[in-house]
Amino acid sequence: MTALFATLTEPLVRKNPITLQILGICSALAVTTSLDTALTMSVSLTVVVVLAAGIVSLIRKHIPNSIRLIVQIVIVASLVIVIDQVLQAFFFDISQRLSVFVSLITTNCLVLGRTESFARSNPPLPAMADALGNGLGYSLVLCLIGAIRELIGKGALLGYQVLPTTDTGGWFTPLPLMLLAPSAFFLLGGLVWAIRSIRPEQADAPEFPAPEVAETRQ
Amino acid sequence: MADLNPITLWRLLLALPNESRPKTVAMAFIVSAACAFAVTGATVVLRPIQQANRAAEQQLRLEALIAAIPGMSAILAGSDGHASTVIVDLEEADAVPGMTPAELSTALDDPAYWTQLTPERDMAGIGGRPNLAQIYLLKDADEDVSLAILPIFGAGYNGPIQAMLAIHGDMQTIAGITITEQSETPGLGGRIEEPTWQASFAGKRWEDAAGVMRFSVARGPSASEYEVDGITGATRTSNAMSRIIRFWLGPDGYGPLLDAIERGEF
Repeated sequence: MTALFATLTEPLVRKNPITLQILGICSALAVTTSLDTALTMSVSLTVVVVLAAGIVSLIRKHIPNSIRLIVQIVIVASLVIVIDQVLQAFFFDISQRLSVFVSLITTNCLVLGRTESFARSNPPLPAMADALGNGLGYSLVLCLIGAIRELIGKGALLGYQVLPTTDTGGWFTPLPLMLLAPSAFFLLGGLVWAIRSIRPEQADAPEFPAPEVAETRQ
Repeated sequence: MADLNPITLWRLLLALPNESRPKTVAMAFIVSAACAFAVTGATVVLRPIQQANRAAEQQLRLEALIAAIPGMSAILAGSDGHASTVIVDLEEADAVPGMTPAELSTALDDPAYWTQLTPERDMAGIGGRPNLAQIYLLKDADEDVSLAILPIFGAGYNGPIQAMLAIHGDMQTIAGITITEQSETPGLGGRIEEPTWQASFAGKRWEDAAGVMRFSVARGPSASEYEVDGITGATRTSNAMSRIIRFWLGPDGYGPLLDAIERGEF
């Protein structure tokens, strides 16, 4: 039980897929312009990764090694299409704004990473706990960045105006940079820096020292 | 006599070593079949809801466009004012009676209903123009057209832009515009979705007295009745909007049709 709980909570901060392994950041940058898209994307990805881990883990003893990646991707891609169709049917507005990024969950290395490295060799329950933990870790970072970007970029949260902007006679001047992709890099970089300062064990050791090159004198 | 009981066969298959060829092929087939079934099921079951969503969204935007046009609610509230959907032939500049919107979308799958545009005529960057279009006409009590709403589209900076353009009954003045689909840079070109910018289209004209196309999106604030304000930092999107509107109001777009409406042929 404790082991299961540890599998679930480890990826939240200590082994967070985005800030530690820098996985899946492409969608993390693209859909975080506002909190509601970030939330929808988080839920979609978490559902896909948990279901994919469950299915792969169920059939793990019968997946031939030679086609295991294809089998995993086919399962992930089918789940993604189903989720995308559900979003288009019941959350039409948000699915319009997420556009292509829901379909791109297929290629999100986070999902394939979990099925390949954990679900393929573990029973369904731990596999799904691990997937849920990773999905929640991803969601945590996404929602944090989404909230900061929406708050500073539009002065709003989930579409509700929190800070009165100067357009409507308030004091807050929105920073449009926050709505563009580079700001997500800045925020994510800052977040990784903050986490690694608090937990120095996460910092990567330099792979090789930069060679000293003597200055050429002529 | 081999045992053909499916359960026994299934057990036999599972008992095969994972790396054997029959099992590899069988697993690939089973996984694909199950996935295909799930995907097809989801698509077929959810399609009606999705179509209803799309239609509702289009209707909503149309209503918002009509509501945003000054004086429009008065026309709508008028006793005999009514809106109608008309499918028109852009070549003939005339209505196509008896064609339903469903038949229109089937017809547009056929290349025979498209006109290829040479690069110099293709200002909107669309390659080919459909010969048939579904437009909306608002008529007043005397059966005169008081407003025409025309769907337009073209290439923007990041992808296609789709919009609805409303023209006043004089067929000389723009009443309003709404962008129905775009993928321009958020915060820059994406500002074409903002109502404040779209409001600057109201009351603009596109041709001078001699019939020369004058419409453009200005660089900076508009300086004449033919210009709308430009969007700072989004020159390419502004230019694209300018070209799309010039194309669709010009001779290759709705120009002949608007002339026909102005002559009172509708």
